[in-house]
Amino acid sequence: MQAQNMSDQAAISFRGVGKSFAQKGKDRPVTALEGIDLDVPRAAISGIIGRSGAGKSTLLRMVNGLERPTAGQVIVNGHDVGAAGTAELREIRRSVGMIFQHFNLLATRTTFGNIALPLEIAGVPAAEIRPRVNELIELVGLEAQANRYPAELSGGQKQRVGIARALATRPKVLLSDEATSALDPETTRQVLDLLKRINGELGLTILLITHEMGVVRDIGSHVAVIEAGRIVEQGETYAVFSAPSHPTTRSFLKGVTGVVMPRFLAERMVPDYAPGLQTVLQVTFTGSHATDPMLARLGTAMGLEVNILAGAVEEIGERPFGSLIVSLDAEPERLATARAFLHDHGLRTEVLGHVR
Amino acid sequence: MSANLINLLMEATLQTLYMVAISTLIGTLIGAPLGIFLAVSRRGELMAAPAANAVLGLIVNATRSTPFIILVVAIIPFTRFVTGTSIGTNAAIVPLTVATIPFVARLIENAVREVDSGLIEAARAMGATPIQIVRKVLVPEALPGITLGITLTIVSLIGYSAMVGAVGGKGLGDLGIRYGYQRFMPEVMAAVVLILIVLVQLVQTAGEMLARRFDKKAPKNRGR
Repeated sequence: MQAQNMSDQAAISFRGVGKSFAQKGKDRPVTALEGIDLDVPRAAISGIIGRSGAGKSTLLRMVNGLERPTAGQVIVNGHDVGAAGTAELREIRRSVGMIFQHFNLLATRTTFGNIALPLEIAGVPAAEIRPRVNELIELVGLEAQANRYPAELSGGQKQRVGIARALATRPKVLLSDEATSALDPETTRQVLDLLKRINGELGLTILLITHEMGVVRDIGSHVAVIEAGRIVEQGETYAVFSAPSHPTTRSFLKGVTGVVMPRFLAERMVPDYAPGLQTVLQVTFTGSHATDPMLARLGTAMGLEVNILAGAVEEIGERPFGSLIVSLDAEPERLATARAFLHDHGLRTEVLGHVR
Repeated sequence: MSANLINLLMEATLQTLYMVAISTLIGTLIGAPLGIFLAVSRRGELMAAPAANAVLGLIVNATRSTPFIILVVAIIPFTRFVTGTSIGTNAAIVPLTVATIPFVARLIENAVREVDSGLIEAARAMGATPIQIVRKVLVPEALPGITLGITLTIVSLIGYSAMVGAVGGKGLGDLGIRYGYQRFMPEVMAAVVLILIVLVQLVQTAGEMLARRFDKKAPKNRGR
């Protein structure tokens, strides 16, 4: 998502994209997005994360021209969406599927009828619609619900209809607008698994926006964090999540990855070192090191006692990521040596404070 | 009640039904597209045309705010132009239709505006043209509301049709005035009122049944 020379591999490229609009009662136009540069890699799942009002929804809607940029370019499969005429825009939209938080299914059409709608709109002959829709119903596993109306379906089933409908015209890109935000955790899991599966089976580029870090952690290979209309951090999910640099990213990650500082510890911690105090260290393990017993080796190598206070090992994009909170009984000099030892072995450390 | 009177009642009922049916048909044929246009031509909507919307809206409001009996008289030249006469059942259909168009247009406009804007967005994202969105999304999804709107229109027309006796429109209202009131025959008046009540009930019940059939929003118990 970051390299400039990735354009040919990018399914979607934002180039200096901005969006501002006039608002009543204000002299100057309101800026929703500013200076967005982003390459969305082909055949991968990428997430844009941000709080509501951060501009992520506007950004997503620029990909299929539901919103037009007021500055810069949005390139989708080689088309400049912002500059596309009506007919070209319709073509682009047929190559870009979209799913929604509230599903947006027609209440008067069955599962079958809803999935058939984009095909009817594209002018596909009726004889070709039937087999195609049945194929899609099978893909999302709704054979038993083919003739039911949305009111008779569960939330997860409705989103499956939404996904099948979005895939009907064989798009190359799928946009997901908070598609799991209205679903319970179990159903969210199933829908995310389905998205991951179609990403793999169809080589589909998926761009999703969400305010749930967990969604990106579970299926996103790339992530961009958006705050007040600007992208504040972007890259591979693993890199961003294991070493978040921006405060917004950190606050989003709280409780999603890493460990929570135990309260008894947080209350007793002081910022400055004094003799007799133990140093509280957050040690982050990434990649292959996540499973190495580095702390045990530190003990043997330096004769230090390492006290583990809290810890967790989890997966981000199917790669292990661990984080431990430990305390060391070491004066500043020995501490620096110990940290250097850990750094040399690919671990990251951060001093959180000191405690007796 | 004599056989003669019963014949008169039958005849008047048929005349009322005839006037209501024709004006509903023509009024809806013109009023429905007008209503849909009013809904989608608002500022920021699918086929935004705020100027046209404002002009049409003004005409609709003006027609709706004219009392029906005034409208009947006011458009007599137009009625004569269309039917060649200003008196009789056919002539009465003209003001009835003219009154129906804005009435049904506003009701259909409201029904169409009730459709979830998310559906329009989804259809736009599919690459649908505005016409396709109207045909495949707005009208089918608004159908329960449109049905109830037309039902209300028919009920109102049954009432309006009682006033066209003023221009020789005949029908039940006219019979009630001429026999029940002017000839002091309360039994005719009672019969007329009774028939009108039954007609309105039938229309209302049928309309609601139809609307329920079109409405797929409430889960139905289908024994599954």
